[in-house]
Amino acid sequence: MPFRFGHMLGIEPLSAEEISFVLDQSKPFQEIQKHPLKKLATLRGKTVALAFFEPSTRTRISFGTAASRLGADQMNLQAESSSLKKGESLLDTVRTLDAMKPDCIVMRHSSSGAPDFVARNLDLPVINAGDGTHEHPTQALLDALTIRDRRGTLEGLNVTILGDILHSRVARSNIHLLSKFGCRITLCGPAMWVPREMECLVPAGASVRRVTRIEEALEGADAVITLRVQQERLHEPSLSVDEYILQFQLTPERLRRAKPDALVMHPGPMVRGLEIDPAVADGPQSCVLEQVTNGLAVRMALLFLMVGADSTSERDSSHAAD
Amino acid sequence: MRIVEKTQLMTATEIDRTVQRLAHEIVEKSGGTSNLALIGIRRRGVPLAQRIAQAMRGIDGVDVPVGTLDITLYRDDLSKVAAQPVLQSSDIPFAVDDKDLVLVDDVLYTGRTIRAAMNGLFDLGRPKRVRLCVLIDRGHRELPVEASFVGRNVQTSDTEIVEVRLNEIDKEERVMLVERVP
Repeated sequence: MPFRFGHMLGIEPLSAEEISFVLDQSKPFQEIQKHPLKKLATLRGKTVALAFFEPSTRTRISFGTAASRLGADQMNLQAESSSLKKGESLLDTVRTLDAMKPDCIVMRHSSSGAPDFVARNLDLPVINAGDGTHEHPTQALLDALTIRDRRGTLEGLNVTILGDILHSRVARSNIHLLSKFGCRITLCGPAMWVPREMECLVPAGASVRRVTRIEEALEGADAVITLRVQQERLHEPSLSVDEYILQFQLTPERLRRAKPDALVMHPGPMVRGLEIDPAVADGPQSCVLEQVTNGLAVRMALLFLMVGADSTSERDSSHAAD
Repeated sequence: MRIVEKTQLMTATEIDRTVQRLAHEIVEKSGGTSNLALIGIRRRGVPLAQRIAQAMRGIDGVDVPVGTLDITLYRDDLSKVAAQPVLQSSDIPFAVDDKDLVLVDDVLYTGRTIRAAMNGLFDLGRPKRVRLCVLIDRGHRELPVEASFVGRNVQTSDTEIVEVRLNEIDKEERVMLVERVP
Protein backbone atom coordinates (compact mmCIF):
# COMPACT_ATOMS: atom_id res chain seq x y z
CA MET A 1 0.00 0.00 0.00
CA PRO A 2 1.90 3.06 -1.18
CA PHE A 3 1.82 6.24 0.89
CA ARG A 4 1.98 9.78 -0.36
CA PHE A 5 4.16 12.40 1.28
CA GLY A 6 3.42 15.98 0.41
CA HIS A 7 6.20 17.11 2.75
CA MET A 8 8.69 15.46 5.07
CA LEU A 9 8.81 17.90 7.97
CA GLY A 10 9.20 15.52 10.88
CA ILE A 11 8.76 12.02 12.22
CA GLU A 12 6.16 12.94 14.84
CA PRO A 13 3.13 12.98 12.48
CA LEU A 14 4.08 9.75 10.69
CA SER A 15 2.65 6.33 11.45
CA ALA A 16 4.78 3.22 11.91
CA GLU A 17 3.36 1.94 8.58
CA GLU A 18 4.44 5.06 6.73
CA ILE A 19 7.92 4.84 8.24
CA SER A 20 8.21 1.15 7.32
CA PHE A 21 7.12 2.00 3.80
CA VAL A 22 9.89 4.58 3.41
CA LEU A 23 12.45 2.11 4.76
CA ASP A 24 11.20 -0.57 2.35
CA GLN A 25 11.43 1.85 -0.54
CA SER A 26 15.03 2.64 0.49
CA LYS A 27 16.16 -0.91 -0.13
CA PRO A 28 16.44 -0.73 -3.95
CA PHE A 29 18.52 2.43 -3.48
CA GLN A 30 20.86 0.56 -1.14
CA GLU A 31 21.33 -1.94 -3.97
CA ILE A 32 22.05 0.73 -6.54
CA GLN A 33 24.98 2.01 -4.49
CA LYS A 34 26.66 -1.30 -5.31
CA HIS A 35 26.25 -1.02 -9.08
CA PRO A 36 29.23 0.00 -11.20
CA LEU A 37 27.00 2.68 -12.70
CA LYS A 38 25.15 4.49 -9.90
CA LYS A 39 23.41 7.14 -11.93
CA LEU A 40 19.75 6.88 -12.86
CA ALA A 41 17.65 9.05 -15.11
CA THR A 42 14.54 8.70 -12.97
CA LEU A 43 14.33 12.36 -11.96
CA ARG A 44 15.82 13.72 -15.14
CA GLY A 45 14.55 17.22 -15.80
CA LYS A 46 13.57 17.74 -12.17
CA THR A 47 15.34 20.23 -9.93
CA VAL A 48 15.98 19.84 -6.22
CA ALA A 49 16.65 23.08 -4.34
CA LEU A 50 19.08 22.65 -1.44
CA ALA A 51 18.52 25.59 0.90
CA PHE A 52 20.93 25.20 3.79
CA PHE A 53 20.60 28.21 6.06
CA GLU A 54 22.80 26.49 8.63
CA PRO A 55 26.22 25.11 7.81
CA SER A 56 26.26 21.45 6.90
CA THR A 57 28.66 19.28 5.01
CA ARG A 58 27.56 15.68 5.28
CA THR A 59 23.78 16.24 5.01
CA ARG A 60 24.14 18.65 2.15
CA ILE A 61 26.49 16.36 0.24
CA SER A 62 24.21 13.43 0.97
CA PHE A 63 21.10 15.16 -0.41
CA GLY A 64 23.06 16.59 -3.33
CA THR A 65 24.45 13.19 -4.25
CA ALA A 66 21.01 11.62 -3.86
CA ALA A 67 19.56 14.16 -6.29
CA SER A 68 22.42 13.71 -8.78
CA ARG A 69 22.26 9.94 -8.71
CA LEU A 70 18.57 10.14 -9.54
CA GLY A 71 19.44 12.35 -12.49
CA ALA A 72 18.00 15.54 -11.02
CA ASP A 73 19.55 18.99 -11.17
CA GLN A 74 20.30 21.07 -8.07
CA MET A 75 19.93 24.64 -6.90
CA ASN A 76 22.39 25.29 -4.10
CA LEU A 77 21.92 27.88 -1.41
CA GLN A 78 24.54 28.07 1.31
CA ALA A 79 24.17 30.26 4.39
CA GLU A 80 27.69 31.56 4.54
CA SER A 81 27.53 33.17 1.17
CA SER A 82 23.86 33.99 1.01
CA SER A 83 21.70 37.04 0.70
CA LEU A 84 20.51 36.49 4.27
CA LYS A 85 23.62 38.31 5.33
CA LYS A 86 22.26 41.29 3.45
CA GLY A 87 19.06 41.20 5.47
CA GLU A 88 16.74 39.27 3.18
CA SER A 89 13.91 37.48 4.99
CA LEU A 90 13.51 33.71 4.89
CA LEU A 91 10.28 34.02 2.94
CA ASP A 92 11.81 36.27 0.30
CA THR A 93 14.76 33.92 -0.04
CA VAL A 94 12.64 30.84 -0.61
CA ARG A 95 10.25 32.73 -2.87
CA THR A 96 13.22 33.71 -4.99
CA LEU A 97 14.22 30.07 -5.26
CA ASP A 98 10.61 29.11 -5.96
CA ALA A 99 10.43 31.61 -8.81
CA MET A 100 13.08 29.52 -10.56
CA LYS A 101 10.69 26.55 -10.42
CA PRO A 102 12.42 23.79 -8.48
CA ASP A 103 10.43 20.57 -7.94
CA CYS A 104 11.15 20.40 -4.23
CA ILE A 105 13.10 22.18 -1.55
CA VAL A 106 15.38 20.52 1.00
CA MET A 107 16.08 22.90 3.82
CA ARG A 108 18.05 23.18 6.99
CA HIS A 109 17.53 26.16 9.29
CA SER A 110 18.55 27.17 12.79
CA SER A 111 14.95 28.02 13.73
CA SER A 112 12.62 25.23 14.77
CA GLY A 113 9.57 25.29 12.54
CA ALA A 114 11.18 27.09 9.60
CA PRO A 115 10.49 24.26 7.11
CA ASP A 116 6.87 24.15 8.26
CA PHE A 117 6.64 27.90 7.67
CA VAL A 118 8.03 27.49 4.18
CA ALA A 119 5.69 24.55 3.46
CA ARG A 120 2.70 26.70 4.40
CA ASN A 121 3.81 29.59 2.23
CA LEU A 122 5.00 27.82 -0.92
CA ASP A 123 3.29 25.27 -3.12
CA LEU A 124 6.28 22.97 -3.17
CA PRO A 125 7.25 19.71 -1.43
CA VAL A 126 9.52 20.53 1.50
CA ILE A 127 11.99 18.14 3.11
CA ASN A 128 13.32 19.12 6.52
CA ALA A 129 17.08 18.54 6.72
CA GLY A 130 17.18 19.76 10.31
CA ASP A 131 15.36 22.66 11.94
CA GLY A 132 16.68 24.18 15.16
CA THR A 133 16.30 21.67 17.96
CA HIS A 134 13.02 20.34 16.56
CA GLU A 135 13.51 17.43 14.13
CA HIS A 136 15.91 15.85 11.63
CA PRO A 137 13.61 13.26 10.07
CA THR A 138 16.00 11.80 7.48
CA GLN A 139 18.58 11.14 10.20
CA ALA A 140 16.06 9.16 12.22
CA LEU A 141 15.00 7.27 9.10
CA LEU A 142 18.55 6.30 8.21
CA ASP A 143 19.20 5.31 11.81
CA ALA A 144 16.07 3.17 11.72
CA LEU A 145 17.13 1.55 8.44
CA THR A 146 20.53 0.74 9.95
CA ILE A 147 18.98 -0.76 13.08
CA ARG A 148 16.36 -2.69 11.12
CA ASP A 149 18.94 -4.13 8.70
CA ARG A 150 21.24 -5.26 11.51
CA ARG A 151 18.58 -6.37 13.95
CA GLY A 152 15.95 -7.65 11.54
CA THR A 153 13.26 -5.54 13.20
CA LEU A 154 12.56 -2.21 14.89
CA GLU A 155 9.99 -3.64 17.27
CA GLY A 156 10.56 -3.58 21.02
CA LEU A 157 14.30 -2.92 20.98
CA ASN A 158 16.26 -1.30 23.81
CA VAL A 159 17.86 1.86 22.45
CA THR A 160 20.07 4.17 24.49
CA ILE A 161 20.76 7.73 23.45
CA LEU A 162 23.77 9.40 25.04
CA GLY A 163 24.73 13.02 25.29
CA ASP A 164 23.18 16.44 24.89
CA ILE A 165 19.59 15.33 24.32
CA LEU A 166 18.17 18.77 25.11
CA HIS A 167 19.69 20.48 22.08
CA SER A 168 19.48 17.52 19.73
CA ARG A 169 16.96 17.40 16.91
CA VAL A 170 18.44 14.01 16.03
CA ALA A 171 17.50 12.72 19.47
CA ARG A 172 13.96 14.05 19.19
CA SER A 173 13.35 12.52 15.78
CA ASN A 174 14.78 9.21 16.96
CA ILE A 175 12.65 9.25 20.11
CA HIS A 176 9.52 9.84 18.00
CA LEU A 177 10.42 7.11 15.54
CA LEU A 178 11.55 4.40 17.92
CA SER A 179 8.64 4.89 20.29
CA LYS A 180 6.23 4.24 17.40
CA PHE A 181 7.74 0.76 17.18
CA GLY A 182 7.45 0.03 20.88
CA CYS A 183 11.14 0.46 21.66
CA ARG A 184 12.33 1.05 25.18
CA ILE A 185 14.32 4.26 25.00
CA THR A 186 16.89 5.24 27.62
CA LEU A 187 18.27 8.76 27.67
CA CYS A 188 21.53 9.44 29.46
CA GLY A 189 23.67 12.51 29.84
CA PRO A 190 24.35 15.37 32.21
CA ALA A 191 21.09 16.05 34.07
CA MET A 192 20.75 19.50 32.60
CA TRP A 193 20.83 18.05 29.11
CA VAL A 194 18.26 15.35 29.80
CA PRO A 195 15.26 17.19 31.23
CA ARG A 196 12.09 15.47 32.40
CA GLU A 197 10.17 16.97 29.50
CA MET A 198 11.89 14.53 27.14
CA GLU A 199 9.85 11.73 28.68
CA CYS A 200 6.68 13.56 27.64
CA LEU A 201 7.65 13.78 23.97
CA VAL A 202 5.97 10.52 23.23
CA PRO A 203 2.39 9.31 23.68
CA ALA A 204 1.40 7.73 27.00
CA GLY A 205 2.33 4.06 27.08
CA ALA A 206 5.59 4.58 25.22
CA SER A 207 8.72 3.84 27.14
CA VAL A 208 11.23 6.66 27.58
CA ARG A 209 13.31 6.87 30.73
CA ARG A 210 16.15 9.06 31.92
CA VAL A 211 19.18 7.58 33.60
CA THR A 212 22.12 9.45 35.09
CA ARG A 213 24.73 6.70 35.14
CA ILE A 214 25.99 5.54 31.79
CA GLU A 215 26.63 1.99 33.00
CA GLU A 216 22.99 1.62 33.92
CA ALA A 217 21.88 3.29 30.71
CA LEU A 218 23.78 0.81 28.57
CA GLU A 219 22.55 -2.31 30.38
CA GLY A 220 20.97 -4.64 27.78
CA ALA A 221 20.94 -2.10 24.96
CA ASP A 222 20.39 -3.32 21.40
CA ALA A 223 21.68 -0.05 19.99
CA VAL A 224 23.52 2.96 21.38
CA ILE A 225 23.22 6.33 19.69
CA THR A 226 26.02 8.68 20.77
CA LEU A 227 25.44 12.36 20.18
CA ARG A 228 28.14 14.88 19.52
CA VAL A 229 29.14 17.04 22.47
CA GLN A 230 29.63 20.68 21.67
CA GLN A 231 32.53 21.81 23.84
CA GLU A 232 31.19 25.36 23.78
CA ARG A 233 28.15 24.09 25.66
CA LEU A 234 29.91 22.15 28.40
CA HIS A 235 29.67 25.12 30.73
CA GLU A 236 25.90 24.62 30.81
CA PRO A 237 26.00 21.49 32.96
CA SER A 238 29.20 22.86 34.51
CA LEU A 239 31.39 20.04 33.37
CA SER A 240 34.93 20.17 32.19
CA VAL A 241 35.92 18.09 29.18
CA ASP A 242 37.66 15.61 31.46
CA GLU A 243 34.62 15.34 33.72
CA TYR A 244 32.38 14.65 30.74
CA ILE A 245 34.72 11.97 29.49
CA LEU A 246 34.92 10.41 32.95
CA GLN A 247 31.16 10.26 33.38
CA PHE A 248 29.71 9.85 29.93
CA GLN A 249 32.24 8.72 27.35
CA LEU A 250 31.32 5.53 25.55
CA THR A 251 34.31 3.30 26.24
CA PRO A 252 34.84 -0.38 25.35
CA GLU A 253 34.39 -1.36 29.00
CA ARG A 254 31.09 0.47 29.29
CA LEU A 255 29.94 -0.87 25.93
CA ARG A 256 30.24 -4.40 27.31
CA ARG A 257 27.20 -3.66 29.47
CA ALA A 258 25.11 -3.54 26.33
CA LYS A 259 24.18 -6.69 24.42
CA PRO A 260 27.19 -8.42 22.85
CA ASP A 261 26.33 -7.33 19.33
CA ALA A 262 24.79 -3.97 20.21
CA LEU A 263 25.03 -1.37 17.48
CA VAL A 264 27.18 1.70 18.10
CA MET A 265 25.78 4.64 16.18
CA HIS A 266 26.62 8.31 15.81
CA PRO A 267 24.95 10.90 13.58
CA GLY A 268 28.34 12.52 12.99
CA PRO A 269 30.59 14.33 13.04
CA MET A 270 32.27 12.45 15.87
CA VAL A 271 34.63 14.04 18.32
CA ARG A 272 36.97 11.14 18.98
CA GLY A 273 38.12 11.05 22.55
CA LEU A 274 35.24 13.14 23.82
CA GLU A 275 31.83 11.49 23.61
CA ILE A 276 33.27 8.33 22.10
CA ASP A 277 36.44 6.35 22.65
CA PRO A 278 38.27 5.88 19.34
CA ALA A 279 38.44 2.14 19.98
CA VAL A 280 34.65 2.05 20.03
CA ALA A 281 34.30 4.38 17.05
CA ASP A 282 36.49 2.07 14.98
CA GLY A 283 35.40 -1.13 16.66
CA PRO A 284 33.43 -4.03 15.14
CA GLN A 285 30.13 -2.80 16.56
CA SER A 286 30.40 0.64 15.01
CA CYS A 287 27.82 1.35 12.29
CA VAL A 288 28.82 4.92 11.65
CA LEU A 289 29.81 4.50 8.02
CA GLU A 290 26.86 2.24 7.32
CA GLN A 291 24.64 5.05 8.60
CA VAL A 292 26.13 7.39 6.01
CA THR A 293 25.55 4.91 3.17
CA ASN A 294 22.02 4.29 4.35
CA GLY A 295 21.48 8.05 4.53
CA LEU A 296 22.06 8.27 0.81
CA ALA A 297 19.57 5.45 0.16
CA VAL A 298 16.89 6.99 2.39
CA ARG A 299 17.27 10.42 0.82
CA MET A 300 17.13 8.94 -2.68
CA ALA A 301 13.96 7.09 -1.69
CA LEU A 302 12.35 10.27 -0.34
CA LEU A 303 13.25 12.30 -3.39
CA PHE A 304 11.91 9.51 -5.59
CA LEU A 305 8.66 9.29 -3.61
CA MET A 306 8.10 13.01 -3.38
CA VAL A 307 9.45 14.26 -6.69
CA GLY A 308 9.12 11.18 -8.91
CA ALA A 309 5.35 11.06 -9.19
CA ASP A 310 2.94 13.60 -10.54
CA SER A 311 0.49 14.52 -7.82
CA THR A 312 -2.39 14.95 -10.22
CA SER A 313 -2.12 11.78 -12.28
CA GLU A 314 -4.64 8.96 -12.01
CA ARG A 315 -3.71 5.46 -11.04
CA ASP A 316 -3.37 3.24 -14.12
CA SER A 317 -4.27 -0.44 -14.20
CA SER A 318 -1.51 -2.72 -13.02
CA HIS A 319 -1.65 -4.50 -16.39
CA ALA A 320 -1.41 -1.49 -18.63
CA ALA A 321 2.34 -1.65 -19.02
CA ASP A 322 3.99 -2.13 -22.38
CA MET B 1 -14.19 3.97 -17.27
CA ARG B 2 -14.37 0.25 -16.67
CA ILE B 3 -12.69 -2.92 -17.89
CA VAL B 4 -14.75 -5.43 -19.90
CA GLU B 5 -13.52 -8.95 -20.66
CA LYS B 6 -13.73 -9.76 -24.38
CA THR B 7 -12.09 -13.09 -25.13
CA GLN B 8 -9.84 -15.66 -23.61
CA LEU B 9 -6.67 -15.87 -25.68
CA MET B 10 -4.92 -18.73 -23.91
CA THR B 11 -5.89 -21.41 -21.44
CA ALA B 12 -3.69 -22.71 -18.65
CA THR B 13 -2.68 -25.71 -20.78
CA GLU B 14 -1.81 -23.51 -23.74
CA ILE B 15 0.33 -21.27 -21.53
CA ASP B 16 2.22 -24.28 -20.26
CA ARG B 17 2.77 -25.74 -23.73
CA THR B 18 3.99 -22.38 -24.95
CA VAL B 19 6.40 -21.98 -22.04
CA GLN B 20 7.83 -25.43 -22.82
CA ARG B 21 8.20 -24.56 -26.48
CA LEU B 22 9.88 -21.23 -25.68
CA ALA B 23 12.35 -22.99 -23.39
CA HIS B 24 13.25 -25.40 -26.18
CA GLU B 25 13.58 -22.59 -28.70
CA ILE B 26 15.90 -20.59 -26.46
CA VAL B 27 18.13 -23.59 -25.80
CA GLU B 28 18.15 -24.47 -29.50
CA LYS B 29 19.04 -20.97 -30.65
CA SER B 30 21.67 -20.16 -28.05
CA GLY B 31 24.56 -22.25 -29.29
CA GLY B 32 25.29 -23.52 -25.82
CA THR B 33 23.76 -22.62 -22.49
CA SER B 34 26.87 -22.29 -20.34
CA ASN B 35 26.75 -18.52 -20.53
CA LEU B 36 22.99 -18.15 -20.70
CA ALA B 37 20.89 -16.35 -18.09
CA LEU B 38 17.25 -15.28 -17.89
CA ILE B 39 16.04 -12.00 -16.47
CA GLY B 40 12.36 -11.67 -15.64
CA ILE B 41 10.90 -8.18 -15.75
CA ARG B 42 8.67 -7.44 -12.76
CA ARG B 43 6.05 -8.38 -12.24
CA ARG B 44 4.77 -11.14 -14.49
CA GLY B 45 8.01 -11.64 -16.39
CA VAL B 46 9.41 -13.08 -13.17
CA PRO B 47 7.27 -16.23 -12.80
CA LEU B 48 7.52 -16.73 -16.57
CA ALA B 49 11.32 -16.63 -16.43
CA GLN B 50 11.29 -19.07 -13.52
CA ARG B 51 9.00 -21.46 -15.41
CA ILE B 52 11.17 -21.29 -18.53
CA ALA B 53 14.29 -22.02 -16.44
CA GLN B 54 12.46 -24.93 -14.86
CA ALA B 55 11.51 -26.26 -18.30
CA MET B 56 15.14 -25.94 -19.41
CA ARG B 57 16.21 -28.09 -16.49
CA GLY B 58 13.93 -30.75 -17.90
CA ILE B 59 15.46 -30.50 -21.38
CA ASP B 60 19.00 -31.61 -20.75
CA GLY B 61 19.65 -30.76 -17.16
CA VAL B 62 20.76 -27.23 -18.00
CA ASP B 63 20.64 -25.01 -14.92
CA VAL B 64 20.19 -21.48 -16.21
CA PRO B 65 20.35 -18.70 -13.58
CA VAL B 66 17.34 -16.38 -13.25
CA GLY B 67 17.42 -12.76 -12.15
CA THR B 68 14.57 -10.30 -11.55
CA LEU B 69 14.55 -6.71 -12.74
CA ASP B 70 12.35 -3.87 -11.48
CA ILE B 71 12.22 -1.17 -14.11
CA THR B 72 10.32 1.52 -12.16
CA LEU B 73 13.41 3.71 -11.85
CA TYR B 74 14.08 3.52 -15.58
CA ARG B 75 10.61 4.25 -16.93
CA ASP B 76 10.04 7.28 -19.14
CA ASP B 77 6.46 7.69 -17.95
CA LEU B 78 6.66 7.55 -14.17
CA SER B 79 4.10 10.23 -13.55
CA LYS B 80 1.55 8.52 -15.77
CA VAL B 81 1.83 5.04 -14.36
CA ALA B 82 0.62 5.55 -10.84
CA ALA B 83 -0.10 8.37 -8.47
CA GLN B 84 2.61 6.91 -6.27
CA PRO B 85 5.09 4.55 -7.88
CA VAL B 86 6.17 1.74 -5.58
CA LEU B 87 9.64 0.31 -5.96
CA GLN B 88 10.58 -3.30 -5.71
CA SER B 89 14.16 -4.45 -5.63
CA SER B 90 15.91 -5.98 -8.57
CA ASP B 91 17.75 -9.18 -7.78
CA ILE B 92 20.35 -10.34 -10.25
CA PRO B 93 22.57 -12.83 -8.43
CA PHE B 94 25.18 -13.12 -11.16
CA ALA B 95 27.54 -10.79 -12.99
CA VAL B 96 26.01 -9.35 -16.12
CA ASP B 97 29.33 -8.83 -17.92
CA ASP B 98 29.74 -11.06 -20.98
CA LYS B 99 26.55 -12.94 -20.27
CA ASP B 100 24.16 -14.17 -22.94
CA LEU B 101 20.95 -12.68 -21.52
CA VAL B 102 17.33 -13.31 -22.36
CA LEU B 103 14.86 -10.76 -21.00
CA VAL B 104 11.48 -12.29 -20.24
CA ASP B 105 8.19 -10.39 -20.04
CA ASP B 106 4.54 -11.28 -20.37
CA VAL B 107 3.40 -8.79 -23.04
CA LEU B 108 5.35 -6.81 -25.61
CA TYR B 109 3.48 -3.67 -26.65
CA THR B 110 5.11 -0.27 -27.27
CA GLY B 111 8.56 -1.49 -26.31
CA ARG B 112 9.15 1.16 -23.66
CA THR B 113 9.38 -1.35 -20.84
CA ILE B 114 12.12 -3.18 -22.73
CA ARG B 115 13.99 0.06 -23.38
CA ALA B 116 13.83 0.76 -19.63
CA ALA B 117 14.94 -2.82 -18.85
CA MET B 118 17.97 -2.47 -21.09
CA ASN B 119 18.91 0.78 -19.36
CA GLY B 120 18.72 -1.05 -16.06
CA LEU B 121 20.79 -3.95 -17.35
CA PHE B 122 23.51 -1.75 -18.77
CA ASP B 123 23.88 -0.01 -15.40
CA LEU B 124 25.01 -3.37 -14.11
CA GLY B 125 27.60 -4.19 -16.72
CA ARG B 126 28.11 -5.11 -20.32
CA PRO B 127 26.25 -8.23 -21.41
CA LYS B 128 27.52 -10.12 -24.41
CA ARG B 129 24.09 -10.31 -25.95
CA VAL B 130 20.52 -9.41 -24.95
CA ARG B 131 17.49 -11.03 -26.55
CA LEU B 132 13.83 -10.81 -25.67
CA CYS B 133 11.33 -13.53 -24.92
CA VAL B 134 7.64 -12.66 -24.48
CA LEU B 135 4.51 -14.70 -24.02
CA ILE B 136 2.41 -12.32 -26.12
CA ASP B 137 3.44 -9.80 -28.77
CA ARG B 138 0.50 -7.47 -29.34
CA GLY B 139 2.10 -5.11 -31.84
CA HIS B 140 1.93 -1.26 -31.75
CA ARG B 141 5.65 -0.73 -31.27
CA GLU B 142 6.72 2.86 -30.56
CA LEU B 143 10.41 2.04 -30.37
CA PRO B 144 12.64 -0.23 -32.49
CA VAL B 145 12.33 -3.26 -30.21
CA GLU B 146 11.79 -6.85 -31.33
CA ALA B 147 11.36 -10.15 -29.55
CA SER B 148 13.46 -13.13 -30.63
CA PHE B 149 11.16 -15.58 -28.88
CA VAL B 150 7.40 -15.05 -29.02
CA GLY B 151 4.73 -17.28 -27.52
CA ARG B 152 1.88 -15.87 -29.57
CA ASN B 153 1.23 -12.88 -31.81
CA VAL B 154 -2.08 -11.18 -31.14
CA GLN B 155 -3.69 -8.41 -33.17
CA THR B 156 -5.09 -5.72 -30.88
CA SER B 157 -6.54 -2.24 -31.02
CA ASP B 158 -5.21 0.41 -28.71
CA THR B 159 -8.27 0.48 -26.45
CA GLU B 160 -7.72 -3.22 -25.77
CA ILE B 161 -5.45 -4.62 -23.08
CA VAL B 162 -3.86 -8.04 -23.02
CA GLU B 163 -3.95 -9.41 -19.48
CA VAL B 164 -1.71 -12.32 -18.68
CA ARG B 165 -2.87 -13.89 -15.44
CA LEU B 166 -0.52 -16.28 -13.69
CA ASN B 167 -1.14 -18.38 -10.61
CA GLU B 168 1.87 -16.96 -8.77
CA ILE B 169 0.45 -13.43 -8.91
CA ASP B 170 -3.22 -13.53 -9.95
CA LYS B 171 -4.29 -16.87 -8.47
CA GLU B 172 -5.64 -17.86 -11.87
CA GLU B 173 -4.02 -19.00 -15.08
CA ARG B 174 -5.08 -17.61 -18.47
CA VAL B 175 -4.54 -14.83 -20.97
CA MET B 176 -7.47 -12.48 -21.51
CA LEU B 177 -8.21 -9.78 -24.02
CA VAL B 178 -10.01 -6.99 -22.19
CA GLU B 179 -11.23 -3.57 -23.20
CA ARG B 180 -11.44 -0.19 -21.52
CA VAL B 181 -14.99 1.02 -21.91
CA PRO B 182 -16.12 4.56 -20.99
